[in-house]
Amino acid sequence: MARPPVLEDFPVDHGPTDNARGTRNAGEHLVLDVLKHRHRELLDAWVSGQESAPGFQRSTANNDDLVRQSSEILGALSVAVEADGLATTGAGYLELRRLLADLSGAQARQGYSPSQTATVIFSLKDALLRVLRGEEGGDDAVEGGLYEVNRMIDALGLVTFDSYVQSREQVIRSQHTELLELSTPVVKLWDGVLALPLVGTLDSQRTQMVMENLLASIVEHEASIAILDITGVPTVDTLVAQHLLKTVAATRLMGADCIISGIRPQIAQTIVSLGVELGEVTTKPSMAAALQVALQRLGHTVQRADSSR
Amino acid sequence: MERIPVLKMGELLMVTIQVDMHDRLARTLLEDLTEAISAHGIHGVLIDISALDVVDSFIGRTLSTIASTAQVLGAETVVTGMQPAVAITLVELGLSMPGIRTALNAERGMAALRAALGGRSERADGSGSGHDA
Repeated sequence: MARPPVLEDFPVDHGPTDNARGTRNAGEHLVLDVLKHRHRELLDAWVSGQESAPGFQRSTANNDDLVRQSSEILGALSVAVEADGLATTGAGYLELRRLLADLSGAQARQGYSPSQTATVIFSLKDALLRVLRGEEGGDDAVEGGLYEVNRMIDALGLVTFDSYVQSREQVIRSQHTELLELSTPVVKLWDGVLALPLVGTLDSQRTQMVMENLLASIVEHEASIAILDITGVPTVDTLVAQHLLKTVAATRLMGADCIISGIRPQIAQTIVSLGVELGEVTTKPSMAAALQVALQRLGHTVQRADSSR
Repeated sequence: MERIPVLKMGELLMVTIQVDMHDRLARTLLEDLTEAISAHGIHGVLIDISALDVVDSFIGRTLSTIASTAQVLGAETVVTGMQPAVAITLVELGLSMPGIRTALNAERGMAALRAALGGRSERADGSGSGHDA
């Protein structure tokens, strides 16, 4: 069995740029040969390598998918090596890169771990190395092939990792915007009464969003009373209070009144001990109490239907 | 010279700002308005700014000054139809006009003004509060 190849064994001048011009070295030839003619064997070795990886979920559908996907990637790899040699930056690798990026992107979105995603491509290295070792064609050629395969797969591994991280970041970004939008719904409670249940901490970015949403809804519904419900706001410090007061002031400038509701006893204590001046803002312990005040101001009275008869 | 018209309607003054405010226009409006209030014994002023969609710090402050000055001269002042963007800007500038009445549109502003003047004016019919639709 050949000793593991080391860097010094290979001359530096067999740069990948030469490959496309037909000056393939022996190792590269061997790799291309293996990719073209031992497809079935490679595929089996690769698939079983992926299946034996920790955390693999075995199911028939899964297995079919895996075989189809692996075969597709192997095919693309074979095409790429034929076109561009083992220089993974070449144009021939575009299709393969796209496949790998799709694969790792999908895995990132489905919640696979980074190592599970990396295993896919690195188990191909195992399979390729195993098949290559069994090849005839002189020790030099085999060694050269082993080295080239190592380099190529490592480069492809980086591609998968990059796209994995990219997809993850995209997921996080879209979740962030979704959260911003989800967390600031403006609800119409009555003709002219809007409610804004605030959930989560109020930072300046969210306050801005809340304010814009609320003011736009006030115009849209011609509302004259807005109820800011802070039941879902875990803590109120001076900054949060300042943001609340800004929202109240802007609402007032628009010509509507603001009622702050959902003030828990603990939060009331914090507000007082912080010395936050709520001024003329109407505050109520619950949304129900706030709605009652709102209806009263609008001149409505609420009573039981049976008592009116 | 370009001016913003100040319309007298009985004991009320009405100002609607329909053009882009610039600094001199704002100063002139302040002078015209205060002049008119003291000359005619005005009790109520309605300033409609629904067409105003951009304010800078000077216009914001002048608006605030106009409203406060009218208030000081003894006229109930109501600012109506402020756009959301303008409201946010004014708040960020710290000009939240405390003590000035506001209303969503001119109609409601007029109703609020009438309600506020109901106590001291014989002619006001006191037609509901400013929040009635």
